[in-house]
Amino acid sequence: MKNFIEGSHAVAEIVKKCRPGVISAYPITPQTHIVEDLAKMIADKEFEAQFVNVESEHSAASVVLGAEATGVRSYTATSSQGLLLMAEVVFNIAGLRLPVVMTTANRAVSAPINIWNDQQDVMAVRDSGWVLLFAESIQETVDLHVQAYRLAEDPRVMLPVMVNMDGFILTHGMEVVDMPAQEEVDKFLPAYKTAYKLDVDDPKTMGFLADPDYYMEIRYMVQETHREILKIIPEVASEFKKAFKRESAGLIEGYCLEDAEQIFVAMGSVCGTIRDAVDELRKKGKKAGMLKVISYRPFPKEAIIAALSKAKEVAVVDKSISLGGFGPLYTDLSSALSSLGPRMPKMSGFVVGLGGRDITLMTISEVYEKLSSKQTDCAFLGLRQELLGGVNG
Amino acid sequence: MVETLFKPGHTACAGCGQAIGARLVIDTAGKNTIIANNTGCLEVFSTKYPESSWGVPWIHSLFENCAAVASGIEAGLRFLGKKDSINIIAQAGDGGTADIGLQAISGMFERGHDVLYVCYDNEAYMNTGIQRSGLTPTLTDTTTSPSGTGSEGNPRPKKPMPEIAAAHGIPYVATASVGYPQDVQKKVKKALSIKGPKYLQIHVPCPLGWRHEPGLTFDVAKLAVETGLYPIFEYENGQMIPRKIAKIKPVEEYLKVQGRFRHLIKNPEAIKKVQAIADANIQKYNLKAEA
Ligand SMILES: Cc1ncc(C[n+]2csc(CCOP(=O)(O)OP(=O)(O)O)c2C)c(N)n1
Ligand SMILES: [Mg+2]
Repeated sequence: MKNFIEGSHAVAEIVKKCRPGVISAYPITPQTHIVEDLAKMIADKEFEAQFVNVESEHSAASVVLGAEATGVRSYTATSSQGLLLMAEVVFNIAGLRLPVVMTTANRAVSAPINIWNDQQDVMAVRDSGWVLLFAESIQETVDLHVQAYRLAEDPRVMLPVMVNMDGFILTHGMEVVDMPAQEEVDKFLPAYKTAYKLDVDDPKTMGFLADPDYYMEIRYMVQETHREILKIIPEVASEFKKAFKRESAGLIEGYCLEDAEQIFVAMGSVCGTIRDAVDELRKKGKKAGMLKVISYRPFPKEAIIAALSKAKEVAVVDKSISLGGFGPLYTDLSSALSSLGPRMPKMSGFVVGLGGRDITLMTISEVYEKLSSKQTDCAFLGLRQELLGGVNG
Repeated sequence: MVETLFKPGHTACAGCGQAIGARLVIDTAGKNTIIANNTGCLEVFSTKYPESSWGVPWIHSLFENCAAVASGIEAGLRFLGKKDSINIIAQAGDGGTADIGLQAISGMFERGHDVLYVCYDNEAYMNTGIQRSGLTPTLTDTTTSPSGTGSEGNPRPKKPMPEIAAAHGIPYVATASVGYPQDVQKKVKKALSIKGPKYLQIHVPCPLGWRHEPGLTFDVAKLAVETGLYPIFEYENGQMIPRKIAKIKPVEEYLKVQGRFRHLIKNPEAIKKVQAIADANIQKYNLKAEA
């Protein structure tokens, strides 16, 4: 059914349809609408679930960890400082191989305090072992949640999945959404069953102390699973297509790539703006294209190389920055494409939209213009020079 | 060998009070129990991969969050309709309880989860090498509250954790000591018979950290109680019921068998300070048995 709805409400609606048994969350802008909606749905008996109102995000993540360990499908959502406070538990959920699904309404991190969108928060847990998916639109956010549970609970995976949606832009934006029906979701996502749980009839110890004789193999197995997930994500996406009669998600998505010579690479809602920019450039006869990275972890190196190997220039557009280094996506792409050797396209890195700074068509054309000039690895675009005083000369 | 849910073969030190306490707790709770365990000595010595001492489902997540993990387990079991037949125990050391874990415990109490929280109080961060915690007693020598020419050791009193728990209005709070195993068993049984959040704090000597003979664990535990330094009591629905002491002993008897108090022995003023703490406990908790 198609509805014109707010992104947060769409997420709440689809999470409800995924039938989690335990939900725990702590309020933080711009995640709040999602969990408020879920609380109300439970209060109205739209579905049965335990909603645990915790005293912090650290505990929200701990509650879903405990609940998931009893074999019950669980859900949480957060943003920014909340994700940073959770970080310790986020790593543990992955290490314990618990298939929790979490929505991150991406937001800048302090200081200065800023509630607006960028993608800095998720980068703090980039290396945690979670599958990290990025949505471009509200529709894609909805679809990714259904796929996230299916993927996380796949016996070959058993890892948590985070669906990243840009704060405000997607959480508070409105869009016409094709909302899957309950029966369709139930068919695609059967009830979660696992023997890997805290069960008094089959007592297991979860969360051992592993000394140097054992630790490395256990971590390696997570890495191996991520490799495997690169095959499973396309599988899940094609199953999704069969079940819902439309295409959504996967590892990456290309736009006008066939003959593209200049390719933008980005994640999340900025891809919408880039599509428009590509259209404009194409109208002017420029061979521009876009590569959207949906699965950031696991990082789909082979798929990306295949998509970019004929490009002349690649512009990586990051909405976060590893301060003192480069944009995280730029770093990953550079290392992936370096295996092309002399055929490696010219790579430029751009940092845009931090703390909610507008990203317009102008911003993207500026990226395009810069591509033909000197290679740049971490150029901040849209800076207000008048605020920088002495910093930049 | 006696049937136990806490198998020997773990790597606890000789005379470890916490190992005795943990075994008493789980064997009293029985096999229909799930445990969430904080980081600390207990977790480290009982679950060295691939071996585990635990005969019940057991999970360790982090240092400060067993109360929240247990809350999640409880919510999961509730969703499955299985809560009524299964006990949930969250357990931790004194540091994991009174310091870094306090917020999560408060949340668990306030939300009313049906969980028994057990704090094994060995009065310092033992797993990391005997650093001071909020439950380290006044004038204790630890590695981060060392005695020296300018210090008599830990300057602050024990955080009143049982009262903090009781202030949440939870139905059952108690202290106990491994020196009195039957009392521990009785309290675990009683706690598990009550719905809602429960708090049990068990005094567990640590021969390594307290620097006493490993063979003296029970004696040291008993002396703490008999001197009034470790008051044993219950708060049932807010009502305080003490365990009376038949013959109160001077604190010196307790202090002199432990290296962590050695610096006090030739310091009558310091001993007086410790005696004053015991006296205050005796009065506050009405510990003295009627003649
Ligand atoms: C967030 C965090 N900070 C610090 C530590 C280090 N640490 C592990 S166990 C421990 C001490 C535990 O003390 P306590 O809770 O009293 O238990 P005990 O070992 O004494 O039984 C500390 C400080 C940790 N694991 N996690
Ligand atoms: Mg301790």
